[in-house]
Amino acid sequence: MELVQMPKNLFVADQLLVVVLLINFVMLGSNRLMFCIRAAATQGVILGILPGILHPFSFHITLITVLILVGKGIVIPGMIGKAVRDVQIKREFEPFLGYIPALILGAIMTAAAFVFAEKLPLSPEHENLLFVPASFSTLVAGFLILTTRRKAISQVIGYLVLENGIFIFGLLLSETMPVLVEAGMLLDLLVGVFVMAIVINHISREFSSTDTSRLRTLKEE
Amino acid sequence: MVYALVFVPLLFAVVGWGIKSRQRPLVLLAASLVHLVMSMMAMGVDQHPTDNGWLWLDPLGRIVLFCVSVLFSICAFYAVGYLRYYKRRPNRFLCVCMLICLAAMSLVTMAQHLGLFWVALETTTLTMAPLIYFNRNARSIEATWKYIMICSVGIAMALLGLMFLAYSTHVAHRDATLVLGKLIASAGDLNKAWLHAAFVFLLVGYGTKMGLAPLHAWKPDTYGEAPGIVGALLAGGLVSCSFLGLIRVYQVFLATGTGLVFFQKTLIGMGLLSMAIAGIFIAKQSDFKRLLAYSSVEHVGILAIGLGLGKGATFATLFHIINNGLTKGVLFLSAGNIHRSYSSKSVHEVRGALRRLPWSAGLFLAGFIAITGSPPFSPFISEFGIVTAAFEQNHVAVGVLFLFFLAVIFIGLARTILPVVLGDPPSDLPDSKYQDRLLTVAPLVLVMMIILVLGIWQPAFLLRLLKDGAAMLEVRS
Repeated sequence: MELVQMPKNLFVADQLLVVVLLINFVMLGSNRLMFCIRAAATQGVILGILPGILHPFSFHITLITVLILVGKGIVIPGMIGKAVRDVQIKREFEPFLGYIPALILGAIMTAAAFVFAEKLPLSPEHENLLFVPASFSTLVAGFLILTTRRKAISQVIGYLVLENGIFIFGLLLSETMPVLVEAGMLLDLLVGVFVMAIVINHISREFSSTDTSRLRTLKEE
Repeated sequence: MVYALVFVPLLFAVVGWGIKSRQRPLVLLAASLVHLVMSMMAMGVDQHPTDNGWLWLDPLGRIVLFCVSVLFSICAFYAVGYLRYYKRRPNRFLCVCMLICLAAMSLVTMAQHLGLFWVALETTTLTMAPLIYFNRNARSIEATWKYIMICSVGIAMALLGLMFLAYSTHVAHRDATLVLGKLIASAGDLNKAWLHAAFVFLLVGYGTKMGLAPLHAWKPDTYGEAPGIVGALLAGGLVSCSFLGLIRVYQVFLATGTGLVFFQKTLIGMGLLSMAIAGIFIAKQSDFKRLLAYSSVEHVGILAIGLGLGKGATFATLFHIINNGLTKGVLFLSAGNIHRSYSSKSVHEVRGALRRLPWSAGLFLAGFIAITGSPPFSPFISEFGIVTAAFEQNHVAVGVLFLFFLAVIFIGLARTILPVVLGDPPSDLPDSKYQDRLLTVAPLVLVMMIILVLGIWQPAFLLRLLKDGAAMLEVRS
C-alpha cells in the first residue's frame, strides 16, 4: 500500500481502525466483564471521532459525532456497567468456546475479512482503506462473543460489538445518512440495551444466576 | 393529516403514563378508536409522497395499516376486559408500550425511507419485549430473553443489508440514498454484487423478525409464554409490518429486473420450508399456544410463497396479510380466554372448553376453521388465489407441496384443537372464577364476522386497494 500518498486524515482513520481491530482481540481473550465493557466503550469513542476525521466540518457531522460519543461512549457502557454491579458478577465463567480457540478463530476470520474486502467492488476512494475489513472482522468478533459465552452480560457486550461493526461500514456513508435516521438507530440501540439490562436483572433474581445455559425450560417435548 | 396516525398514539401514551391505573385501559381504547377512524378515512384517499420522498402512505402501506388498525382496536377492547380481571397487576407498561408500538407500526406503513422504516420496525420489536414478560415468571423471562436477543441480532443484520443497499447506490452514482422512490428510479444502474449482499442480509433480518423458517427459533417460546393479547399483536401486527419490509425490498429488486428471479426462488424455498416445519411440529404439539405459533410460521411461509410467485399471486398475497392478521387475532385472544379458565395450556388438561366457555371455545373453533383455509372464510380466498397462481405459472411442484402441507397442517391442528373444544371436560377440574365476558368476547365475534364477510364479499375500497397494491408489485412492461 502506498501509505505515503495517502491523505493525512485517511491515514489517521486507518490507524484508529487498527486500534478497533486490536480491541476485538482484547475482548475475545478476556473474561473480565468490566474490562470488556470499557473496551467496547473505547471502540464506541473511536467510532464517534471517525466521522469528524473523515469529512469536512459541518453541523451534520458534529451532531453525529456528539450523538455517537454520548451514546456509545458513555450511556450504553454505563447501563451495562450498572447491570454488572447489580447482579454482582465479575467474570465470564466456562464459555462454550475457550479463549484461545476464540482468539484463533477471530484471527482467521479477520484474515478472511481482509481477503474478502479485496474482492469487493468498492468505489475508488474507498479502496485500500481499512473500513470494510475492520467492519467485517468486528462484526464477526461480536458474533463470536455473542454465541460462545454463557453469561447474559457477555452476550449483550457481543451484541454491542456486532453493532459497532455495522457502524464502521456506515461510516462510509455517514455524510449522506440523515441525522434523523442515524439518531433513530442510536436511540433504538440504546433502548435495546436498556431493556436487555433490565431483563438480565430479572433473570438473575429469578434463577440466582445470569448463566443463559440455565434458560432451557422452553423447548419441544 | 396521515401523520397524526403516528402522533396521536404517542400523545395518548404520554397521557396513559400519567394517569391512574384504573383509567389507563380506557385511554388505550380511546386511542385505538381515534386511530381506527383516522386510518379508515385514509383508506380511500390517494396520498402524495412528501417532497423529500420520505413518507408516503401508498396502497401497500394502507393494506398493512388496515390490518394493524383493526387488530389493535380489537386488542384494546379486549385489554379493558383483560385488565379488569387482573386488577392488581401494574398495567402502565402494557398500555404505554402498546400505544408506542401502534405509533411505530403506523410509521412503518408510511415510511418510504428504508432507514426510517428500519428504525420504526426495531421500535416495534423493543416495545413488545416488556409485554412478553407481563406474567412475571421464570418461563416468561426466558422467552423475553430469547426474543430480544434473537430479534435484535436479526434486525441488526437487516441494518447491514440496508447499508449495503445504500452503498450500491453510492457505487452507482455517488449519491447514496435509501429513499425507495429514488432506489426504484435508479435500480437499473445499481451494483449487482452489493445488491445481492444486501438481499441476503435483508432477508435474514426481516425473515428473523417474521419468523420465517429456519429463522423461527424464538417464535414458539415467545408466543407460548406471552399473554394472548401480545401474541395477537405479534402474530397479526408485527408479522405484517416485517412482511412489508420484505415487500419494500421486493419493489427494489423488481425494478432491477435481473435480480428478481433469485429473490423469488429463495422466498419460495423458505416459504415451503416454513410450511413443512410447521406441519411437523404441529403434528406432535400438546401446548395449544405453541400450536398457534407454528400456525404463524406456516402463514408467514404462505406469504413468502405468494410474494415469491409474484405476478398473479400478489393480489391474493396482499389479501392474505389482512386475513392472517385478523384470524390470528381471534385465535390468540380466544386461546388466552381458555388458558385463563383452565390455568393450563396443555391439551391433556384442557378439554371440552365448549361447555365451560361456550363463546371463547366457539370462536377458537371458528378461528381454526378459518385459518386452515376452509370456505366460506376469507383465508380460503387468499390461499386459493396463491395456489391457483402456482399452477398457472407451471410451478406444479410448488402448488402440490403447498396443498399437501395445508392438508397435513389441517389434520395436525384438528387433532389438537377438536378435543380442546369438543371433548369431555376432565371431572376433577376445579371451578374457575373466569367466565366469558362481554369485553373479551364481543370484539372477537365482530372480527370473526369481518373474516366471514370478507370471504363472501369484499368492499369496493378494499378491492381497489388490493388491486393498486398488486399493480405496484408487478413488472411494468
